[in-house]
Amino acid sequence: MGRIWIRGGRLLDPASGCDEVGDLLVEGGRIAALGSGIEAGDAEVIDATGRWLAPGFIDLHVHLREPGQEYKEDIASGGRAGVAGGFTALVCMANTQPVNDDPSVTEYILDRARHESPARVYPIAAATKALAGEMMTEMVALLEAGVVAFSDDGKTIMDSGVMRRVLEYSLLVRVPIITHAEDRTLVCEGVVNEGPVSTRLGLPGNPGVAEVVHVARDLLLAELSGAHLHVAHVSTAGAVSLIRAARERGVHVTAEVTPHHLTLLDEAALGYDTNTKMAPPLRGQVDVDACRAGLADGTIDAIATDHAPHAVHEKDVEFTAAPPGVIGLETAVPVTLDLVRADELSPLEWVRRLSTNPARIIGRPGGSLAVGAPADLVLIDPDHRWVYDPAKGYSKSRNSPWAGREMIGRALATIVGGNVVYDLDRGVLAP
Amino acid sequence: MTGRDLLGIEDLDRSELERILETSLRMEEVGRRDVKKVPTLRGRTIINLFFEPSTRTRTSFEIAGKRLSADVVNFSPSQSSITKAEGILDTAMTLDAMDPDAVVVRHKVAGVPKRIADALDAPVINAGDGAHEHPTQALLDLFTVWQEKGRIDGLTVTIVGDILHSRVARSNLYAFSKLGAEVRLAAPPTMLPPAVESLGVKAYSSLREALEGADVVMLLRIQQERLAGCFFPSIREYAATFGLDRRKLRFAKDDAIVMHPGPINRGVEIAHDLADQRPSVILDQVRNGVAVRMAVLYLCAGRPPRGGLRREGS
Repeated sequence: MGRIWIRGGRLLDPASGCDEVGDLLVEGGRIAALGSGIEAGDAEVIDATGRWLAPGFIDLHVHLREPGQEYKEDIASGGRAGVAGGFTALVCMANTQPVNDDPSVTEYILDRARHESPARVYPIAAATKALAGEMMTEMVALLEAGVVAFSDDGKTIMDSGVMRRVLEYSLLVRVPIITHAEDRTLVCEGVVNEGPVSTRLGLPGNPGVAEVVHVARDLLLAELSGAHLHVAHVSTAGAVSLIRAARERGVHVTAEVTPHHLTLLDEAALGYDTNTKMAPPLRGQVDVDACRAGLADGTIDAIATDHAPHAVHEKDVEFTAAPPGVIGLETAVPVTLDLVRADELSPLEWVRRLSTNPARIIGRPGGSLAVGAPADLVLIDPDHRWVYDPAKGYSKSRNSPWAGREMIGRALATIVGGNVVYDLDRGVLAP
Repeated sequence: MTGRDLLGIEDLDRSELERILETSLRMEEVGRRDVKKVPTLRGRTIINLFFEPSTRTRTSFEIAGKRLSADVVNFSPSQSSITKAEGILDTAMTLDAMDPDAVVVRHKVAGVPKRIADALDAPVINAGDGAHEHPTQALLDLFTVWQEKGRIDGLTVTIVGDILHSRVARSNLYAFSKLGAEVRLAAPPTMLPPAVESLGVKAYSSLREALEGADVVMLLRIQQERLAGCFFPSIREYAATFGLDRRKLRFAKDDAIVMHPGPINRGVEIAHDLADQRPSVILDQVRNGVAVRMAVLYLCAGRPPRGGLRREGS
């Protein structure tokens, strides 16, 4: 673990509000110094002139598929895709096989991550056993095993009584309960946003109100219990305004939005490309605008990819039969830089939503360039132009709506715990 | 037609629709001959790839192909490879390797013909996909109305029934709108597609208002299984509010015609005595279906002019 002297970069530290050009010295796996006039002697030098240097990104919503579905992704490939995309930590969902509803599964994931993943991995445990929405998991034991949150994710807890108890019981462990807020009785068979697009495609519509109704319920239950509710992948204007109002009256709520819900419209599905099928679905302009505004004004705390790998043969089927979800780790930086280019987020606020806020939500180190903080860093070239080809990426899967698109912006290097684990020229370097 | 596929009426413009209608007129003449056969597609192979059972449409395509002297092969994966869980694209690629000149696709899920067309060299004709489109049904409906009324421009066409789940309604609303008719939809509010008026049609929940001054009344089949989805309360109530009989038909124009894509539910969408005689043209629709499908097969699978049908310089 050597010393690294990163020279002349634009230092973006949302935790301190710092946004200025300077040097940063990494030593002993931690940030040892920053500013100007650093004397680093024989340290390895990285020239960051014209680049942005930020605390490493933390993705709150990733499906690593291991154990159980390693043909889609595993902890090694997901971790490599993560660091190639600028993420130094991945928070992975519980819908593995077996489900992460038992400390033995959590320990397995953490053990694999220690040996296989260049990115840090923080598991989320299921909130109910087998994601069945009935019996609570052993939250205390799971917390001790190392989970950072609880969620049934796509298997939304429909029973309001169970959700109430889960939120109340979580006060014992003080970590977020993450809700995939979609009322399944309103979603029905819906596979695309209900509206002109579902009508033209002749596919069953998933109405935005399915999300809004469920967010309303979960916010009320969070308010009742005082627990920390985290709303995953917000996609509707209605949900954004409910979250904003709840936060104003003191409800402990945080929220995330995906790169695809920030930048793609439901019309992307008009060619029946199953790589435009997500849950919740891509929405219309009003919803996209509201999500972007909500992210800009802080109602939505974080950008999270909902990286959901699926094999080509699983996606190459009828639209209704295809599993929902897209990969996103390797495209999140260029895709969400769109908001910076559109002047909706400053570079500093962009980093806050990819790093500082996610770290705060899960209560883990990171998101800061403070001296003494772990040296989890990402070096960004915001102007780098490239064409994204999923086949050349690190994920095992290729289900991206951005395949073949020109991208602007890229992670040039990623450092985890003081080690350069990725750079653009050499690719992923460790472990 | 986009390339040589026929995937939906939404993709067509007015002149393409008119060209198909004019070609259909010449094909219809073939059907009135003693020997109902022309050599136009001799040596060509057409595969009817029906993932969803449909005796009527498949038979119509089969007769159309045979009247053009094509070799028509019926392939219904629901009875063979589906049980082996072969993917739709694998099935289609397998057939494509046998070099068909056209593939006619029916599937219960919207978008499958498009996905197959993207993957195949052969032209693909959509014979109905989910609640998306059924272009040849709309073309035969257009042709039937054109023959009855002598024009499409300026007519008022009222489509009644489960619009939400209907590919026939979608294709027809595009077809009639593009040729200048006013299209009205009448259905219980639960059976109107969201934002359907964005497609340039008017939606009604009163059958009477929708029928006022209509030249054409098109009825759609109501399906019993929609009861389970809570789309309507009972067949009886549907028949009473949206079923058509001679009394309700009086709100339409005196010379209004009544159409139905079949198969009909007698006494539900349409009163028994109305189904079998004028102003109902249901059997004319079926008859015209063969001519229209001949035209479509010819335009999609045919090759450059070799005399005969193309002499009019199209």
